[in-house]
Amino acid sequence: MAETTKGPLFARSGPAPGEAGRTGDWRSHTPVIDHEKCSGKDTCLLCWLYCPDGVITPDFPLEIDVEYCKGCGVCAEECPREAITMIEGRKTPAPPKRS
Amino acid sequence: MSEVKIITANEAAAEAAALCRVQVIAAYPITPQTPVTEELAAMVERGDLEAEYLTVESEHSAMASIVGASQVGARVFTASSANGLLYMHEMLHWAAGSRLPVVLACVNRGVGAPWTILNDQQDSISQRDTGWIQLYCRNNQEVLDTIIQAYRIAEQTLIPVMVCYDGFVLSHTNMPVEVPSQDEVDRFLPPWQGQGLLESGRFVNLNPLILSEPRPDAQGNLMPGYMELRHRLHEDVLASLAVIHHTDEEFQEIFGRSWGGLVWRYRMDDAEHALVSMGSLALEATRAADSLRVQGLRTGVIGVRAYRPFPASALVQALAAVKTVTVFEKDVSYGYAGALATDLKAALFDAGVSVKFSGFVAGLGGRDVAAGQIVQAATDAILNEPRYGWVDVRGSST
Repeated sequence: MAETTKGPLFARSGPAPGEAGRTGDWRSHTPVIDHEKCSGKDTCLLCWLYCPDGVITPDFPLEIDVEYCKGCGVCAEECPREAITMIEGRKTPAPPKRS
Repeated sequence: MSEVKIITANEAAAEAAALCRVQVIAAYPITPQTPVTEELAAMVERGDLEAEYLTVESEHSAMASIVGASQVGARVFTASSANGLLYMHEMLHWAAGSRLPVVLACVNRGVGAPWTILNDQQDSISQRDTGWIQLYCRNNQEVLDTIIQAYRIAEQTLIPVMVCYDGFVLSHTNMPVEVPSQDEVDRFLPPWQGQGLLESGRFVNLNPLILSEPRPDAQGNLMPGYMELRHRLHEDVLASLAVIHHTDEEFQEIFGRSWGGLVWRYRMDDAEHALVSMGSLALEATRAADSLRVQGLRTGVIGVRAYRPFPASALVQALAAVKTVTVFEKDVSYGYAGALATDLKAALFDAGVSVKFSGFVAGLGGRDVAAGQIVQAATDAILNEPRYGWVDVRGSST
């Protein structure tokens, strides 16, 4: 918000998780990262760059803060390795058991 | 040194914008506003005005571009009329809601359908509730002076200002206009510093979706909700009454001309009857008042310069002593009455002022309003039952 002596004049925010409240419950689809396809080696971080809510960590293995992820799917769209899949529903599926 | 030029109101508007050192202009031509855009485009092309002139594909884009430029700190200008202004409607709300000191010249024209290119004030009146300040001018000198004042008002209040003047009646009519020197304007209008949003390495999301309830942001600061920001805009538009008044006084100190601030008066000192109007029609009403006085009806005129914010107290004060009030206006709210008559009647009612009150719609779509017609309607309103009526609707009685 633009600050004045009498308080904010207009709406303004910085890109940070939680700027628009707990937006995770807006989600109809949930992104799931395949950590084998995206391992950190020669990795682009395009998802981190594009995420409009800033909810993806830039450290490997990447994590998505689903408390604030609105499920827009931009990360899945931008990922050049197709390592992110949008799964229907709000809940994060349990991680697959490692063999 | 100032210089007297014989120019139209459109040329006066362009001269004023240039003297205000506007940095970004975006406009789409529409009759009768077109010469404003042509004049400014020529100034930029010749190198007389150091500004970005954006040729856009619509009025919606013109205002959207201006909003963007203003948001990052540029002094901006645009102009439109009639359906073009209506096409800007969404972005007019956006400019006011973003608290941007945009100045727009509205060259008043009737709205289609049916199509007309000629004057009335339905276009700007239809933008009444966008959160803009609206100022109405009576002659070409006032157009030039009011645009210069408008930047001071807008930048002080962070509210956009619409400077309205009648199409063709003023926009295409030559009058002597004293064009001030650049030095004088620079003294009155220092450069605008912007809202300070541009900083290296800082990311800002402007006008994100916000919910109605206040809430803490990611840093824990309590942010106002939608309704708080709307309330703030409303309070600030109301508070701009004082700014408009003082700006006109400060203008007079440097330029020697005052336009009355919020409202102006003509022969009101001993008046028993008041004619109230806006723009060039109010000036015509002064001729009608002279005639009514010859008939023995002591009449004066109140010209409403600021329509939004509505100068309720100033009007009540000006009309407290009269027996009758007759409004003439070039707009109508279909299904009720003219906008000015409705607002003024409410203001008088709130103040407990009881007068014989009539309101007339006149001069729509460029139909000429002669002083004699104002005299005829006003005489009827003063002597007979008060009413809402229309002036000079042909083939039927009014």
